[in-house]
Amino acid sequence: MSAEGAFGHEAVADWLRRFAAAVAEHKAELVRLDTAIGDGDHGTNLDRGMRKVVEKLDGMDVTDIGATLKAVGMTLVSSVGGAAGPLYGTLFLQMGTSAGGRDSLDLEGWTAALDAGVQGVKMRGKAEPGDKTMLDALMPAVEALRGAAGEGTALPDALTRSADAAREGMEATIPLEARKGRASYLGPRSVGHQDPGATSSHLLLRAAAEAAGAA
Amino acid sequence: MKKLINDPDAVTREALEGMEAAHGDRLRVSYEPAFVVRADAPVQGKVGIVSGGGAGHEPMHGGFVGPGMLDAACPGEVFTSPTPDQMLEATKAVDGGAGVLHIVKNYTGDVLNFEMAADLAKSDGIEVEAVVINDDVAVEDSLYTAGRRGVGATVLAEKICGAAAAQGRSLADVAELCRRVNGSSRSMGMALTACTTPASGEPSFELPDDEMEIGIGIHGEPGRYREKLGPASQVVERMATAVVEDLPYESGDRVLAFVNGMGGTPLIELYIVYRDLQRFLEGRGVAIERNLIGNYITSLEMAGCSITLLKLDDELTALWDEPVNTPALRWGA
Repeated sequence: MSAEGAFGHEAVADWLRRFAAAVAEHKAELVRLDTAIGDGDHGTNLDRGMRKVVEKLDGMDVTDIGATLKAVGMTLVSSVGGAAGPLYGTLFLQMGTSAGGRDSLDLEGWTAALDAGVQGVKMRGKAEPGDKTMLDALMPAVEALRGAAGEGTALPDALTRSADAAREGMEATIPLEARKGRASYLGPRSVGHQDPGATSSHLLLRAAAEAAGAA
Repeated sequence: MKKLINDPDAVTREALEGMEAAHGDRLRVSYEPAFVVRADAPVQGKVGIVSGGGAGHEPMHGGFVGPGMLDAACPGEVFTSPTPDQMLEATKAVDGGAGVLHIVKNYTGDVLNFEMAADLAKSDGIEVEAVVINDDVAVEDSLYTAGRRGVGATVLAEKICGAAAAQGRSLADVAELCRRVNGSSRSMGMALTACTTPASGEPSFELPDDEMEIGIGIHGEPGRYREKLGPASQVVERMATAVVEDLPYESGDRVLAFVNGMGGTPLIELYIVYRDLQRFLEGRGVAIERNLIGNYITSLEMAGCSITLLKLDDELTALWDEPVNTPALRWGA
């Protein structure tokens, strides 16, 4: 983080690497959660995609945050498969469009980018809050960012609050009955399990908070 | 779990290499991105038909590529949707100027990836229509779920649309026919055992010896109901009742009856299921005019079966009887 309280392009690249490491570390947990209510491939697929993203980052000029995030989105779209590929792909593509040409994002810019990404996920997946999906972690995170911005919170603290909100949203998926994706076919049998997509989305936002705190 | 594989991460690629080695005379296999395509594609002036989905359902879809059925198939990883870049390249490879039909099973991942692929193909100037197959009656409440899953009707739609495309019909006609096959088909499946993906190495659910899962999908997901296993006739009655009453199929209807094995059930049991299904339908005045029995849309090594009925008319019957020449389905050729 720079003196002005911004998320610089190096911090963005660091965020993506931290997210990849977190997915690798929690791969078995994501597979276990997805096996309970889905088809058990979420951890494996996202790990495959994020490993490709890290390979790409290694040889890339990351100055333009928008270009970086778009490249990440395209990489995920073509390597993850399942529903997570188009959903996370759309998240990064829309974030990239929002952050086009910027080499750093202040809290307002980061919030706008994440909001654009989350709106993209909502449109692509046609899901609503409470459907037991990744949106249940992502949407509270955007709300928390807005609240923090309104109170003039510094960027690292704001990102920590957004990650905490994502964790609460993730945990709140446990009692929900799934209405989207493969878990929805279980009906009431999906109750009592944490949503794997919300879980990986929490990892994404936790990684952002860590990158902002470390920068 | 024992599996006859070399490397869990190489399962889909090595299976494609095997397909290419076995059927290279009539199929081409692309690996980056992965798709299987007719050796003579694109067929000029013919509507191209592309399907795809996760691996683990063999012979679907790659085994259905060939004259009279699919022009190309895009395999994903096991039980994972393929990606838009695969679908886009497959679509380009089969576009003979008459447009391309995407036959998509109703799973969130498949639908989202095919939607992105269709957007990309259209921006490349290729006319694309997509039809989503959703014939699984086990999903009762489509308001609060991702909707009914695409299962057995997919095989029937691919065969019938492939025949119509071979006759030179337009994209709009073939797509309409595909919607009609989907609308006249209903399915239900059951499992005696779970299945194990090579990546996870663990069975997808635990099922006691004397129980079955009714209303399963094709990805090792548990069913809608867990019940005591009874004799085949009882199980067939349970499934067939749900299927017949859903459309409904009524006395005087003619149907194609498709008894599909999930991968781990021997043909001897599938014939018993067919026998009981035939008796059940006869009791309701429904006549089986065509049948298909075997492992066509599987769930790895899962034991179990699904029943699909398609209400026939003269046109659908004639298209079903047209020649087909694919690795997994072949007659008249």
